[in-house]
Amino acid sequence: MVEVNLWSGLRSLTGGRQVVEVEASDTGELLRELVRAYPALQGPIDAGVSVAVDGRIIAGSLNEPIHPDSEVYLMQRLRGG
Amino acid sequence: MALDDRKSDFKFVGTRPDRPDGLDKVTGRAKFGADAHAPGMLHGAILRSPHAHARIVKIDASKAEAHQDVKAVITRADFSDKVPFKPGLEGEFWNVLENVMAGEKALYDGHAVAAVAATSALAARDALKLIEVEYEVLPHVTDVDKAMAPDAPVIREGAADYSVPEGMHPNVVRYHESGHGDVETGFAEADLVIEDSFVTEATHQGYIEPHACLASLGNDGKGELWCCTQGHWIVQKTCSALLGMETSNLRVTASEIGGGFGGKTTVFIEPVALALSRKANRPVKVVMNRSEVFRATGPTSSASMDVKIGMKKDGTITAAEGIFRLQGGAFPGAPGDMTAMCGFAPYNLTNVRQVGYDVMANRPKQAAYRAPGAPMGAFAVESVIDELCNKLGLDPIDVRLKNAAHEGTKASYGPRYERIGLVETLEAAKAHPHYAAPLKPGQGRGIACGFWFNHGGETSVSLALSEDGSAQLMVGTPDIGGSRASMALMAAEVLGIPYENIRVTVADTATLGYNDVSHGSRVTYASGLATIKAAHNAVEKLCERAAAKWGIPVDAVKWEDGCAVPSGPNAGDFDPMPLADITANMGSTGGPISGHFEATPEGAGVSFGTHIVDAEVDPETGKTAVTRYTVIQDAGKAIHPAYVEGQYQGGAVQGIGWALNEEYIYGEDGRLQNSIFLDYRIPVASDLPMIDTVIVEVPNPGHPFGVRGVGETGIVPPLAAIANAVSNAAGVRMRQLPMSPPRILAALRDNG
Repeated sequence: MVEVNLWSGLRSLTGGRQVVEVEASDTGELLRELVRAYPALQGPIDAGVSVAVDGRIIAGSLNEPIHPDSEVYLMQRLRGG
Repeated sequence: MALDDRKSDFKFVGTRPDRPDGLDKVTGRAKFGADAHAPGMLHGAILRSPHAHARIVKIDASKAEAHQDVKAVITRADFSDKVPFKPGLEGEFWNVLENVMAGEKALYDGHAVAAVAATSALAARDALKLIEVEYEVLPHVTDVDKAMAPDAPVIREGAADYSVPEGMHPNVVRYHESGHGDVETGFAEADLVIEDSFVTEATHQGYIEPHACLASLGNDGKGELWCCTQGHWIVQKTCSALLGMETSNLRVTASEIGGGFGGKTTVFIEPVALALSRKANRPVKVVMNRSEVFRATGPTSSASMDVKIGMKKDGTITAAEGIFRLQGGAFPGAPGDMTAMCGFAPYNLTNVRQVGYDVMANRPKQAAYRAPGAPMGAFAVESVIDELCNKLGLDPIDVRLKNAAHEGTKASYGPRYERIGLVETLEAAKAHPHYAAPLKPGQGRGIACGFWFNHGGETSVSLALSEDGSAQLMVGTPDIGGSRASMALMAAEVLGIPYENIRVTVADTATLGYNDVSHGSRVTYASGLATIKAAHNAVEKLCERAAAKWGIPVDAVKWEDGCAVPSGPNAGDFDPMPLADITANMGSTGGPISGHFEATPEGAGVSFGTHIVDAEVDPETGKTAVTRYTVIQDAGKAIHPAYVEGQYQGGAVQGIGWALNEEYIYGEDGRLQNSIFLDYRIPVASDLPMIDTVIVEVPNPGHPFGVRGVGETGIVPPLAAIANAVSNAAGVRMRQLPMSPPRILAALRDNG
């Protein structure tokens, strides 16, 4: 299981939990499993999210590997100028 | 520590050769957006709403359509009714369509409501006067705090997304909250807590070249578009969606670009020109004037912010909290979340909480402007830190060093940092002669740090070798900051041929795979990474040809200084084979030699900077002069240092404008009052001191040469650093930007 840290604005969609656990070996699977476990996360994930894995911010790729002991944060999709 | 004196292992990277576009630009040979012409070309002009908020009751274009010089008139109906939409035109595509041509309502002063194509630019402008529009004027709001108030007019019902808490005004369309620890506990541990409120106005990127394009869309459904843009693939994707075309039927070529800074990452006139061309069946050119650029392209958000920070007497920050409200025009998209995530990012905080609001108002749709959202937040946060330092008698660099984020720090927005260079920029600032230089009476010094994420993005690069041993590199990212030079340097480094033998072209959408926009400080990082990999790909093929010529296995050949050489004594005794000797007969040894690379690199690496500013305030007039300015920023690895310095200096200059003079001024009627450069005051050379730069190099582990993007971070600290300098010079805390002379006089007066 991978521990996923959410931003606190998402707590209302996960029954108050800011850290959730899902089974995932890459970023795409992580997002699919998050929605399966917490369907209300579909909205923010569709709106665009990035995933930080061990400090490296994965802007949008779905095939980046995740290990069970990885530190994983869900982040709002970044935009630049 | 500045690493300028470190010996480099690079031969080309880190040198400062002449820019490849220099001669074209100084002789006028460079072709910008408005420099394109086509046989039978018409000229387009756009009718814009004079009202900040109005229902469009009726548009009667019959008189314009009957005019002999007019060949087409379009309204929203030419996009939405007569064009078969692709399924899925929703979300941001819908917002962009609504922005480029108003539907039921005009949402801001300058919003496009109709357009004309005529035989001359003058005839097109005259024909606009023949279009009769009946408006029902509605109440409007342009201020962010007023737009959130219970009695504010609703701009669009139902625009809010999942994130907005119940009970908020419908103009609040997105909400972000993040952080960690417990701020109340942290504030209780502080010796001093300061809470203050700050306001910034919208500013414009102020690029010198207005938007311009030439569109041709025939009856066969095939289109050509030449335009000034930071990303022609997003133009292709958006325009084809808005016009109901197959993407590949529209070929988009990016012109030379006279500045973008984030403002040219979307479309404004391009879909209009294509729709006019389709209706008239002739090419149509549209060129914005400066007033249209100000009224109807994408300025920054304006912001209203509350920041509270607790500090111990020794300078340790115990807690930090920020509420950031950003107004982004009549559409969702203001980067309140980015402001919130970046504001406290330079610091190693146990207790932090940040909230961001995205608020709609009757203004043009905001667009990116270098590190969108971050400069405003830094202004509020770094001002409060400065005030804490003043009140506690602490050195502002020492306090920042004490609290600085480093590798392993849990960022305010969540994850732990990889290798970062904030501490190195602060140490370089402390060691810089500027920081020790005495100030004259009436002068003040300001320090501020800034953070930006940086980005990777979809990237595709091709490299083709010529028989004479020169190389052509095709990239898909318009050159907004010297990327043709830095790409050539990186390719030269891998290939081992001179910089001058590599020509870099920004290829069109039909020539190369998809490329994300030149934004997010991504080009030197991502296109650079792809260039390096494409060059390696070509080198592999060169080694194969050499191995075949020598009759040895390919793994017995390596590439050194532009030559194939045997990889060791057992590989055989052969003289080095230069690149040009291999390409000379490549047609008969296996065919043309090219290298390719496509990927979405995900290791951009975040970036930090520290700025030192001296300012002098005239108490009689309120005028501020910036007397000395030093930018210190981590570049990871500076590929072409002169361009990196230019990015640093440019960020400081735009920040000086934003801090001291630039602002969108709206009248009570909701109309923009200062839509020309005479009234919207950007800094000119005579307003500016020499801006000194220090390039810190803490390599990014996500790039083969260590590059971090440098295009955006440079505009994050200036608002705060200048505000701190001005506040310290004037002896009164400045909480509102711009710090124009009337505001400074008022602040001095209020301070007694």
